[in-house]
Amino acid sequence: MVNLYRKGVLAVFIVKHSSKEYGTMHIPDGYISPATAGIMYGAAAPFWFIAAKKVRKSLSGRTIPVVALFASFSFVLMMFNIPMPGGTTGHAVGGTLLAIAAGPWAAVIGISVVLAIQALFFGDGGVMAFGANSFNMAIILPLVGYYVYRTVSGSSSPQSARRLFAAAAGSWIAIVTAALLTGIELGIQPLLFHSADGTPLYCPYGPGIAIPSMAVGHMFIAGPAEAIVTGLVLAYLFKTGFVPAADQEQSGGTGRLHLLWAGLGLVALLTPIGLLASGTAWGEWGVTELQELGLGFVPDGINRLAGWWPAPLPDYGFPRMGAVVGYILSTIAGVGAVAAMLWALGKTLLAKGRRSEA
Amino acid sequence: MLKAAEVKRKDVLSQNIFAVTKGLESAITTEHYSRYDGLLQRLDPRVKLATFAVLTAAVSFTESLAVLAVMLILVPLPGILSGIRPGFLLKRILLFIPVFTAVIAIPALFITKGDPLLSVGGHTIVTVQGAKTAAFLVLRVTDSLSLGALLVLTTPWTKLLATFRWFRIPSLFVSILSMTYRYIFVLLHTVNNMFLARKSRTPGTLTAKENRKWLGHTLAATMVKSLHISEQVYSAMLSRGYRDDRLTITRFKLHHRDLLWLLFASTVLTLSVWTG
Repeated sequence: MVNLYRKGVLAVFIVKHSSKEYGTMHIPDGYISPATAGIMYGAAAPFWFIAAKKVRKSLSGRTIPVVALFASFSFVLMMFNIPMPGGTTGHAVGGTLLAIAAGPWAAVIGISVVLAIQALFFGDGGVMAFGANSFNMAIILPLVGYYVYRTVSGSSSPQSARRLFAAAAGSWIAIVTAALLTGIELGIQPLLFHSADGTPLYCPYGPGIAIPSMAVGHMFIAGPAEAIVTGLVLAYLFKTGFVPAADQEQSGGTGRLHLLWAGLGLVALLTPIGLLASGTAWGEWGVTELQELGLGFVPDGINRLAGWWPAPLPDYGFPRMGAVVGYILSTIAGVGAVAAMLWALGKTLLAKGRRSEA
Repeated sequence: MLKAAEVKRKDVLSQNIFAVTKGLESAITTEHYSRYDGLLQRLDPRVKLATFAVLTAAVSFTESLAVLAVMLILVPLPGILSGIRPGFLLKRILLFIPVFTAVIAIPALFITKGDPLLSVGGHTIVTVQGAKTAAFLVLRVTDSLSLGALLVLTTPWTKLLATFRWFRIPSLFVSILSMTYRYIFVLLHTVNNMFLARKSRTPGTLTAKENRKWLGHTLAATMVKSLHISEQVYSAMLSRGYRDDRLTITRFKLHHRDLLWLLFASTVLTLSVWTG
């Protein structure tokens, strides 16, 4: 019986997200907790900052009119009904198209602005949830789409069929990734935020329902719509001799490095899923956990060393802060610390290499 | 101008003309109400933005259904006192998103684990927790939407942008926001004319494949047009002495009514925090 209901929920979700009238994955206010909304604003902020700097540098005085016009275009694009094979119609976000045509950072600002207008004027996506919506649709989506396009294009000739395929593949992967993220953000709500009697306070569906519904709807309707739009528009632009921003940049060895960074970022973002797992990490047992595991005794060496190292953030948490906030901050701090160490190491090694060459 | 309701929505072309025209109509109605001389329109936009933001946060934070229910009735009242037709307000707030949310919330009634609320033959059908979570979702969504809709319906766009600047939102974003909003209408008119022109030259209906191809070309042409427009706008800006710095001519002044509104909003906020 419960399974039947679950399938029903799944169907309703899919119908909603493939609906002709409603946006693809805009989270309205009320579906996510203020804590999640705050964290997502925090996650989006550095990207906005970098995007503003990069765009000003590349477009200089032209920044405002160019980004604004591209943003207006993307707003119009989102309104279009795209006829799909099979008779239905879907909506596209156009994030990957914008990232390829105007550059990924212009797309980040452009789509964020469009989302702000949609939230304010049309109630499409919440004001509190604006950070989350921007993170999913205006940041992850164009960045993933752009780097997939660059990687799949490789060294193929400009305006080749391989580039069109790369653009379509990038669009599909990007929108499905963004949908998965949205599913995770919605799915963690009932696990983390409920009242004393167990009533979920925000989105009532856990990850088991929220993630597949978002993913399935976007894999089969919104994803193909996005791929079709990107492919068709780029094919036309290629014929007119338009060179997209993505092909103007020097494609050196940094493309793959950026992809690695994007992958690392995504993995870091997915870490809160670890909260859903029960038990302890294999091999990372403390004194009490060893006893609980039924070992019966604690090896003398471990007992002696326990407590020797006072961790700055015990159990990845900050005192007096929600478990999730602490966990995510710990992730950011940890990834940041490792990245800083590697960066410093790389700098030193490079400097040494240069000195020895000279 | 063509009215959205007059467009038959059989084929993709007409569907798109309908969507674009509806978007234009909605924005025009919003502008119309924001210039009306009513209660909320007279408030200082800074006070309005701050109180609406705090109340939206309160709606998000509260763990009390009673607070959400009271807000549902309390929030539209100042809107009606500001000259917005109740029917229009209800349609604007309740259609689409809350209705969709209600549909989405229905399964939660049955699958949420908890104490029985409705049992048939010893089987629990609806749980107390299920009913509460569905109510939380629908009420929160509707309350937040009402607040957002009221703010936008009663504040002219230029004043809202100036308020964003006053709250130190970076000028790059505010400038892009204002220009994007302006050119959305230009581009919407452009594509609508392209759709109408195409429709006038199309006897019968196109196949899905033909439609897709044509739509792709329309979008690409619009994208190229938008690039051209941005070049023209930039030249026009330079010719007028543009220095990459936004100046606003809006000057803000607080009145007694603003303080009264602040008092009212703080009371609502205190009550909602106190009870929930």
